[in-house]
Amino acid sequence: MSDRRVSVRKTYKLFIGGAFPRSESGRSYPVTRTEHAARASRKDARDAVVAARKAFPGWSGATAYNRGQILYRVAEMLEGRRAQFADELGGPRKQALEQVDAAVDRLVWYAGWSDKIAAVRGTANPVASPYLNLSSPEPVGVVAVVAPADPLLGLVSAVAPVIVTGNTCVVVAAERAPLPAITFAEVLATSDLPGGVVNILTGHQAELAPWLAAHMDVNGLDLTGVTTPEQALACERAATENFKRVLTAAEDRGTRRMTAFMETKTVWHPAGI
Amino acid sequence: MFEYAPAPESREIVDLRPSYGLFIDGEFTEGSGPAFKTVNPATEETLAEVACASADDVDRAVRAARKAFGGWSGLPGSERAKYLFRIARIIQERARELAVLESLDNGKPIRESRDVDLPLVAAHFFYYAGWADKLQYAGFGTKPLGVAGQVIPWNFPLLMLAWKVAPALACGNTVVLKPAETTPLTALLFADICRQAELPPGVVNIVTGAGETGAAVVAHPEVDKVAFTGSTEVGRLIARTVAGTGKKVTLELGGKAANIVFDDAPIDQAVEGIVNGIFFNQGHVCCAGSRLLVQESVQEELLAALKRRLGTLRLGDPLDKNTDIGAINSAEQLARIRSLSETGESEGAERWSPACELPERGFWFPPTLFTGVAQSHTIAREEIFGPVLSVLTFRTPAEAVEKANNTPYGLSAGVWTEKGSRILWMAERLRAGVVWANTFNKFDPASPFGGYKESGYGREGGLHGLEAYLDV
Repeated sequence: MSDRRVSVRKTYKLFIGGAFPRSESGRSYPVTRTEHAARASRKDARDAVVAARKAFPGWSGATAYNRGQILYRVAEMLEGRRAQFADELGGPRKQALEQVDAAVDRLVWYAGWSDKIAAVRGTANPVASPYLNLSSPEPVGVVAVVAPADPLLGLVSAVAPVIVTGNTCVVVAAERAPLPAITFAEVLATSDLPGGVVNILTGHQAELAPWLAAHMDVNGLDLTGVTTPEQALACERAATENFKRVLTAAEDRGTRRMTAFMETKTVWHPAGI
Repeated sequence: MFEYAPAPESREIVDLRPSYGLFIDGEFTEGSGPAFKTVNPATEETLAEVACASADDVDRAVRAARKAFGGWSGLPGSERAKYLFRIARIIQERARELAVLESLDNGKPIRESRDVDLPLVAAHFFYYAGWADKLQYAGFGTKPLGVAGQVIPWNFPLLMLAWKVAPALACGNTVVLKPAETTPLTALLFADICRQAELPPGVVNIVTGAGETGAAVVAHPEVDKVAFTGSTEVGRLIARTVAGTGKKVTLELGGKAANIVFDDAPIDQAVEGIVNGIFFNQGHVCCAGSRLLVQESVQEELLAALKRRLGTLRLGDPLDKNTDIGAINSAEQLARIRSLSETGESEGAERWSPACELPERGFWFPPTLFTGVAQSHTIAREEIFGPVLSVLTFRTPAEAVEKANNTPYGLSAGVWTEKGSRILWMAERLRAGVVWANTFNKFDPASPFGGYKESGYGREGGLHGLEAYLDV
């Protein structure tokens, strides 16, 4: 009896501004027989938006090369915790490992886009007057992401394209399986990703998503993970108040998840002596 | 100052009919709503009576567009292109007629409708004609969306029509377009051009009317794509109507652009840019440089030069070739400009206009500038959409960026400085869809246009403009 060590369990908390606070509401909700997750309040959601906004100038102003390096570093850190994530995902071991591997590979894929998307989406425009005219894509700002139910691969597939271009985000983790999202936050926290670039909330989607959809300092909204059509419609309507860029479908084709949250800026300058 | 003799453009070239119908399925037809009058804002004379499309008429137009869609989208791109080239050529050929009609109905100076609007309209059709058979190279696929419902404003009636219709047709969509109720005439002349070009019936349908007609176009269940240019207020209603329907939307809305002048900018060039930025088209421009941010150290010198220049602007008959500033488009818009200017004064800003005689009939407002404007003032925050400039100052580049971005809008911005690295530094930080450096209010069909934040969704023009009309 005495030779069996009692394990030290992890408290799953929120991830806001690079720190791991509990919900300011003091609430949590049961996820498994033995584990709870923090149940974020709308105040936590607002705090997360503030953290994301604060991180935006630095992250969007970092070089594309630097952002690519950091995403690649996230992939490295995730690879190193392969077994831990497979445990947390549960189910058949082989499938769980495949999920983790796919998430790592997706991070690597998006990491490489950091310094290529502008070349693909930008244009040099041959205007009919003596001007240099260039269009280039830029991050839209703070994006709220309602992450899909798939707890790790879904999360990574939603977050990586949003941040690689320079956006910062507030993520509502999958409601029923939020724990891998918080463990993923530990990966982010040890990857040189500046605090506030990714903020992760666990809790009830119905309680958090509408507040983020209506938040006037959020510029983009990814509704991929919204579970009911009524909720999706309500969020889409609320998003129109400040014309958030909204991604509704689980579109994973090509560059769509990146370009959905990019603006095109066109700069003119006269050419002459 | 020189005295100028009047040099009016003849209006003989325009054959105005007493009344106009809707253009549906290749035919002009009656509207079932109450007909309305369109007036010349420079004289208040009635130009014509125009049919008003009811919801039933809109339905008829959408069904005609739906019926035409299969054939039009099924044409090889190279054939669609030839129709668009035809239209572009006819527009060039009838440019004078269109320019005079535009100035009559809108109130803008003939110099602008002739030298800016019309050349850009023709160029836009040429540009997108060339894309019709090259869509596979643009990266958005080649599948059109279906029927496009398009609602356009009164400030550049025919140019906004071109921005909407040309890319829609090039991509294989068919169109139901509603022009603004105060400026329907050039769109109806365009309908005649479609007939002249033998464009298949139903590919372009034009329904005239006011807000209700536009709302019917936007809400019609058979419309697959909504494109709107106009106020942020109406844009928000449209976005809400369309949310959750799966319709694709592009919105080009309001602005409150900062035009930023640094102390090293060549003053005379900057003054020309400021004047062009806010007084072009009577300031009825969504991307107008309505907030002048001038570096404190050159404020006095710049304002003195600006006031001198404003004294030389000629306001009056839009058809006079010497006119710089034409009429305000409507009594309603004039009331709005007056009311916001009064608010500017009552909130403590100082108002100035050059000595300027306003004609007795028609809707007129003198070029106006406000100094001593704070960021909190209504005239520094709200779009006035008239010839009214708010002047603010700054000390450092960082402060200029902060103030320029301190608005819910993000359509355009201007920067004036001789220092190249500072231009790039500023351009990177300004949150606006178009940044004009050492220039302002330049447009080209090859150049994408559209806003950040509450200035709307999507881009018009250039390769980017195709995305709005393809099923990406």
